[in-house]
Formats: sequence, C-alpha cells, structure tokens
Amino acid sequence: MHIPKEKITSILATDCGSTTTKAILIEKVDGVFRLIKRGEAPTTVEAPIEDVTQGVLNAITELEELVHRKFLDGGNIIKPKKNDKQGVDVYISTSSAGGGLQMMVAGVVKSMTGESAQRAALGAGAIVMDVIATNDGRLPHEEIERIRHLRPDMILLAGGIDGGTTEHVAKLAELIAAADPKPRLGISYQLPIVYAGNNKAAGLVEERLGKKTALDITDNLRPTLETENLMPARHKIQALFLHHVMQQAPGYNKLMKMTDVDIMPTPGAVGDIMQLIAKQKGIQVVGADIGGATTDVFSVFQGIYNKTVSANYGMSYSISNVFVDAGLDNIIRWVPFTMDERDLRNRIKNKMIRPTTIPYLLKELIVEQAVAREALRLSFDQHKALAVGLKGVQKERTIGDALTQEDSGESLVNLLRLNMLIGSGGVLSHAPRRQQTAMMLMDSFLPEGITQLTVDSIFMMPQLGVLAKVHPEAALQVFEKDCLIYLGTCIAPIGAAKEGKSCVNVKLKKQNGHEVDIDVPFGQLHIMGLPVGETAEITVNPVRGFDMGEGSGASVRGTVHGGTTGVIIDTRGRRPFELPKDNVKRVEKLLEWIKAMDLYPKYPKFE
Amino acid sequence: MANAYTPGLKVSESTIISKERRLPLIGDVLVKKGSRVKHSDIVAKTELPGNVELINVVNKLSIDPKEIKDFMLLKEGDKVKKGESIAQSSSFFGMFTTPCPSPCEGTIESISTATGQVVLRQNPTPVEVLSFIDGIVDEILPGEGIVVKTIGTYIQGIFGVGGETVGELQMVASSPTTVIDEGMINDSHAGKIIVGGALITAAAIKKAQACKVKGIIAGGIDDETLRNFLGYDLGVAITGNEKKGITLVITEGFGNINMAGKTFELLKNNAGKRTSINGATQIRAGVIRPEIIIPKEDLKESDISAQPEANLLMDVGCTVRIIRVPHFGSIAEVVSLPPEPHEIETGAKVRVVEVKIEGTGEKFTLPRANVELIEK
Repeated sequence: MHIPKEKITSILATDCGSTTTKAILIEKVDGVFRLIKRGEAPTTVEAPIEDVTQGVLNAITELEELVHRKFLDGGNIIKPKKNDKQGVDVYISTSSAGGGLQMMVAGVVKSMTGESAQRAALGAGAIVMDVIATNDGRLPHEEIERIRHLRPDMILLAGGIDGGTTEHVAKLAELIAAADPKPRLGISYQLPIVYAGNNKAAGLVEERLGKKTALDITDNLRPTLETENLMPARHKIQALFLHHVMQQAPGYNKLMKMTDVDIMPTPGAVGDIMQLIAKQKGIQVVGADIGGATTDVFSVFQGIYNKTVSANYGMSYSISNVFVDAGLDNIIRWVPFTMDERDLRNRIKNKMIRPTTIPYLLKELIVEQAVAREALRLSFDQHKALAVGLKGVQKERTIGDALTQEDSGESLVNLLRLNMLIGSGGVLSHAPRRQQTAMMLMDSFLPEGITQLTVDSIFMMPQLGVLAKVHPEAALQVFEKDCLIYLGTCIAPIGAAKEGKSCVNVKLKKQNGHEVDIDVPFGQLHIMGLPVGETAEITVNPVRGFDMGEGSGASVRGTVHGGTTGVIIDTRGRRPFELPKDNVKRVEKLLEWIKAMDLYPKYPKFE
Repeated sequence: MANAYTPGLKVSESTIISKERRLPLIGDVLVKKGSRVKHSDIVAKTELPGNVELINVVNKLSIDPKEIKDFMLLKEGDKVKKGESIAQSSSFFGMFTTPCPSPCEGTIESISTATGQVVLRQNPTPVEVLSFIDGIVDEILPGEGIVVKTIGTYIQGIFGVGGETVGELQMVASSPTTVIDEGMINDSHAGKIIVGGALITAAAIKKAQACKVKGIIAGGIDDETLRNFLGYDLGVAITGNEKKGITLVITEGFGNINMAGKTFELLKNNAGKRTSINGATQIRAGVIRPEIIIPKEDLKESDISAQPEANLLMDVGCTVRIIRVPHFGSIAEVVSLPPEPHEIETGAKVRVVEVKIEGTGEKFTLPRANVELIEK
C-alpha cells in the first residue's frame, strides 16, 4: 500500500465471482466508515474477452455513474483520492473467477488423516475432487487413473503421526509419482503438492516427488492421533493457490498489478468474516454463501471453525446439478403452482447455459428460490457430514459422560445450540423482499429452538473479508452498520403432530412493556412484529411432545432480537419436517405460509 | 450508463479464425510455420505413457524391502514381457525358486527399497492431433502443437454434445422455424452435417445416428431429449467427450426455439461446403462454447493478417437477442439504457434496457442481463 492506514478515507473493493463482478465504494463519513454504493457487471472470463479485469472495469464504471464520480483513468484506477470527485485511496479484490481451487487429497487412513486432510483443503477454500487413501478399497492402478483423469490444481498429501511408520506415506508418494499428474491449466508448469504428514517420512516423500512436482513440505496436520493442526497446511495451500493456480485465470496477472494487497480467494475472505462474528459475539454460527458455481457453508461450534465448499451446487453454472441431485420432486415441492416437467427442465438448463440472466417473471423467481432451497439443503447436508469431531480418538469418560457424550466423529453441527444463521450470495442477498430470504433460510436449514436469522445486505462479505486484512476497523464498522441485516428470530419446536393440534404458547415482552401472548397450533407460521434493533423477553411453552431444547414440554426463556421480518413462530415440525403429500393440500399449505410471511404481496394468486 | 458491455455469441460471415491444436503431453510438431494444412492432416503427435502397475515384490517373495535389489532380475529402465520373471528368490541352496512374474508388458520404472514395490509402466499409446480446419500454420508451439489460422464463417453455438467432426453442410430445414423430425432424415445424409431450424426431436436424433449423420445443428433441444440421448441427466455442463458417433450443436437453447435468422441464413449460404464443428461445451470459468467453422475455400496468406476488433458495447440502436422469458429468442433494437435501476415484476430493482421487438414493434423494458448483443 502506498498510503498510511490512518490517512485512508476511500476504499474501492471488488469481488470477481464466477458469474458477476461486484464493486463497492467504502468511505469515511463523519469519522465512521460506511458503504456508499455498489455496482456490478458480468464477469468476463468468456471468449472473446477472456480477461477478468474487463468485468472489474465495467463494475467500477457502473459505480462511477451511480455516485457521479471518477475512479478510472483509461484502464487504471486513480489513486490516491484527489478530491471529492476523483480517485480512491486503496483498491482491493477477492476472486473466485478462476473456477475455484480443485484439489485431491491423499491420506493413509480414509477416516483419519484422509478426513483431516480433507478438512484442511476445504478450510483453505478448495473443492476436494477425491480422497485417495491406502484403505479406500481401490486398486493402485485405479487410483493412478483417477489422479490422471481428474487433473487437480494441487494435491495435499498427508498421513501418519509424527515419528510413526513411514511405509504407507511412502507408498502414497510412489502412487502419485507413478501417476505423474498434469495440472488442469497449462502443461508447462509443475503440479504443486503440499506434504503435511509424518515428519519422519518427509525425506522419503522428497525423494519420490521432489523432481517430478513442485513439492512443498509443511507441518504434519495430524501430529498425534488426538490433535489436528490444520493451519500450516491451509496457509500453504492458500499461498500456492494464489501464486500458481489463480494466476492461470484469464487476466488475473493484470488484476494483481491493480490491487494494493494480494487478491484473496472469495471463500477464504467470507470465512474470515464468519469467524470474526462468532468470536466477537461469543456465539455458535452457521453461514452459507450461495454463488453461481458453488455453495460454501461455514460453521463455528464450540470455537471450532469448519468450512465446506459444495463444488457443484450453485444458482447458475451448477443449477442443473442441483436439479439432478435433489430430484424433480424436491424442487417442485416448494412451488405453489402446477409445473410441467418439460418446462421446468428446459428453464433450468437455459439458466445453466446462460448463467448471467436474472428472473423477470414472478413465477421464474419462485422457481429459482425453490432451487436455492435445495442447493442450500444439499450443501448443508454435506457440511454436517464433514464438520465432525476427530475420529480414532479415545476420549476419557466418566460413567455419567458415557450416557450423554456423543461418539467421536459425530457432527459438530447442533441446530439446537445454533445462535445465528447467516446467509450470503446473490439469491439470498438480492431477494426482492427480505421475508423471502428468511423463508429460504428456514426451509433449507430447518433451524431448531431459538435462532437469529441474518443476511449479508448486498453480498459484500467477500470484500469485507479482504478489507479486514488491510483495515480491520473499517471492515468492522461497515460490517456492523451496512452489511449484516437482521431478518428476525425463528422459534421452532422439535416434534410433529396432526395439523391444527396444540403445539406451542409464546409470550413476548417488548422493551416498551407491551406484551403479546399467543398459542400457535401445529403446521403454521406466525409473525410477531419486532423491529430491527429492538429486543424482547420471550417465554416459549411447548406442549408435551414438543421440545425447545430443554426436553419435551419444557419451557424456555430468553432474549430475542427483532429484524425486518420480526419473530417468526414456525410450528411446521422438525425431525421430521414434511410437506403434505397430496398436491392440492401442499399448494394450499404453501399459499397459506406465503400469506403468513407476506412473501409475494403483489401477486396473491398464481393460477 | 450510456452504453454497457454485453457478452454475446459470435456469429460472423467472414472472420479470422485461429485454433490452437495442442497435444496433451509434450511431443513432436510435424508441420512448419506458414505451411498449408488440410483438416485431416496430422500436425503433432506424441505417446501417452502407459498405465502403471504396482507389484508388491517383497510380499510375493517374502523378503525385506531393503533386500529387494538383491532379488531383482531386472533393473530400472529394463523392458519386460508379460509373464517374464522380474524378481526371484531361492531356498535350499537354489533347489526351490519363487518367481515374481510380470502381469503385463512394459518397462520397469522404479524399484523402492522403502516399500518393496516395483512400478511397472505399460507400453505407451500413440496420440495424434489433427488440424481440424483447412488453414495455414500461423505459429508453432514447440513440443506442444500449432496455431492454425483461416478465414471463413464462424458461428458459436450455446450448447453442444460430442467432439470435433468435419463434413459437408446440408440444409434439412426450409426455415428457422422448422422442427426436424425423423421423416426428414434419410441415408443420403450419411457423413454430412445437417442443419435444422427450431427444435430437433428425439426421434430425429435417433434416425440421424442410424443414417450415420456426422453432425446436427439446430436451434433448440428439449432437456428430456438430451437426457435420453446421453443416457443420464447432465448436471454440470461439461461436454465434448461423449462417444455417440454424432455431434450436436444447439444455437439458441433448450426448448422449441427458432434459430436466429442471421445464423440460419449464413448456414444456408454455405450449404455444400466442408464444415468443421465441435460440440464441446464447458460452462464454468473459462467458458468453452460449441463452434461451427466454414473455412474460405481459396485461402491466401494475406487473408489472415488482421484481426477485426469485436464490438461488445451495447448502445442505442444496437440489435440484441432476448435470452430469457418473456420474449425469449426474440430479436430487438435497443431504444434506451436508463442509468437508474428499475423495479421489475419480481419486485427486484435492476439495471434495465428498453427495447423494440422486431416484427411486432412492441416496446418492452427488461433486465440488461437478459439480452445479448448480436454482431452486425
């Protein structure tokens, strides 16, 4: 950076997504950093442009027009800020336009080092294409074929505890050497391999892979059976990604010269912000960033951060894959009107082949939001399966613990303990009404007990993630004031009953002393108004058979936060949550919930 | 914004076409810069290293990995035949021997004293790269391939299936609205690339396969037809390696959509000419779209000297295609580009463009993201 931090007053930040490039302007107003405006343009990685900077310049041009100021002089950003009409002090960027980091990981035991390695790779923002392990049941030649066919951007090799046996790791290294993998982008550069296994085997690995690949050795990610040390491997992966792989994206080198600090991969930047929220507020958080090509899910439970990238679930490039994996029925179940299968299939494929288009008709929006629910649900399922405690670890237990403690390797994600659900990404941040966002989050994550719902206002978390590296105060100020939108709080008891039967009684005492007392029967959505910035004392009394976290029929008390939607009592059932099987009843029910949530007020009828 | 960048598919009557022809691995380039090549000429070749077999010699011979070299009959780099012994142990003063036969023909790549494994590489497979288009070698990529250039008609499709193929172009449709069904395809279309108008039906594709048609160009296809043709539901749009014996290039999208008038006219004017098509599509960062290339027949070296600049700026008066419902597939003229976001039916506030639809003259305001520029 050419300017001291204390002199910065104007920051331009872009995020180059796979579909859209977003530019935001952040400036100091009355001593506090605030978001001023946002511009966007299609990402330009397609021929004939094939230069990511063109999309960046277009997004900045749009911003220039919206704020009636000048930031560009030809293809250059005017720096530092010259006056109120020209220039900015700092320019920063994140990017996922290279298509994401596609990795393979290799570990000795699939459920131990294999999984630890997978977590390290996922945490670094990678898409894990396959996990090779000594015990994965495949023959060596099959594994070799697989490595060659997938052409990963990078391989993470792990295995063994420090000082342990070296034979298995050496075998894996031999396997990789025999495959002689070629990277996806460019045949001239050597494939980066990160070794984060048994320190005693480093020499053997070097011998086998040192000449054939760009080998980098770092600390063991599983130094002992009981400990996981993922950070050194994650940092190494991110550094190699920045300096080898992302540079292969068209125009990336040009973009790198434009920015004041290193470009961050988008998922890494969003993850940093999610962790910041959890730490600052001391809460358990689940976040999701749904993009065009991938959906990233983040969680912080018991202080442990986990991130997964569902590589092929997204709203444009990967929309067809969501359809294939979720199935027709699961998409259609969220749509409150009759749809012909042929029509739905063609619509989804047309979105896939023209990923930058947006829905114009309300029915199209509803279909896209239905797909989003399924993309989020599938990605969250993958996250729960990967965000687990260490396997192969013996835990000391008392007799009491033996009755209550979870087995090792169980998912860390506990929806009853979850405090805040954060949504981000185009379909959530840009939903025409915030109620739609709240509903999508509830339908796909099915929060239990009391959960606060929030959304990234205009999809700016990636930029704030990289800003936090340059100017943490500015990032935090903008985050608090302009980024996080409080949608409301969801109250959802666990259990199921017949439609209309008693379910829960809720007492809400607002700050002004006003009290509301309501019984909500099973199968409904009910909103209690509580504006943004207000809190209220709540007592939730479920009937027998329903659990708010304290056991069947036990009351819970707490403080709830207001939001754009308010406090949402969701008695539609959990474990299981089911929609009516009968089509007419299902549509009836959906329309009832749409009305209760005021989702599409201008169009109360769809047929 | 007075104008806006709008990506669009390239549809050009005469343009310089440059194709990189690369080997998957380093190899030999067989042509020289400036030489003329035909579509069927081999321009580069190499050998793909054979598959690898890992032989656990120490297990078979019950020896310690450190001793493996003492028991090997062959060394690294040696050729071996199937069944030939690569290592052998003996007991009782050589009276009994245990051989370790090779499971296949190949070369000993490495012998590991740490794991006791021998890596055996099978014989290589030859790989050749063809020119694919008639043209002039413009650049040599040492050890990797060439860049071949030509001038001619170039049309990008929106989606395709199957790889590169070359054949004579033949019109089957009489207009851009013609739906192609099986009755319109016969044995005279064998070895040809046939052109439809709007939808191509599942029965028509089946008939074309039976008649050994090399390729089909059509405006639209139903996703259901695609699923039946591929035998699976396409999740991520990465195609090109399907072995169906036929290549499909779809110019507009999924459903019964008329082929753009300009595309249809260009194909009609080139009927009877040798045409190279490739259905390979990758819809992800670094997008690849299917291509139709019809090289000029009397190509001169001077033809390939300049590259015209593509105009990608949308401005008032430009012609655009609407690429999402409503009016999907319609051609329109840009009337205005309001700078401020407008509210559309969904309730979203987005940047819009006002257009006049060709034919009806109806004026309509829609998101800028839902149009693409058509080059004049």
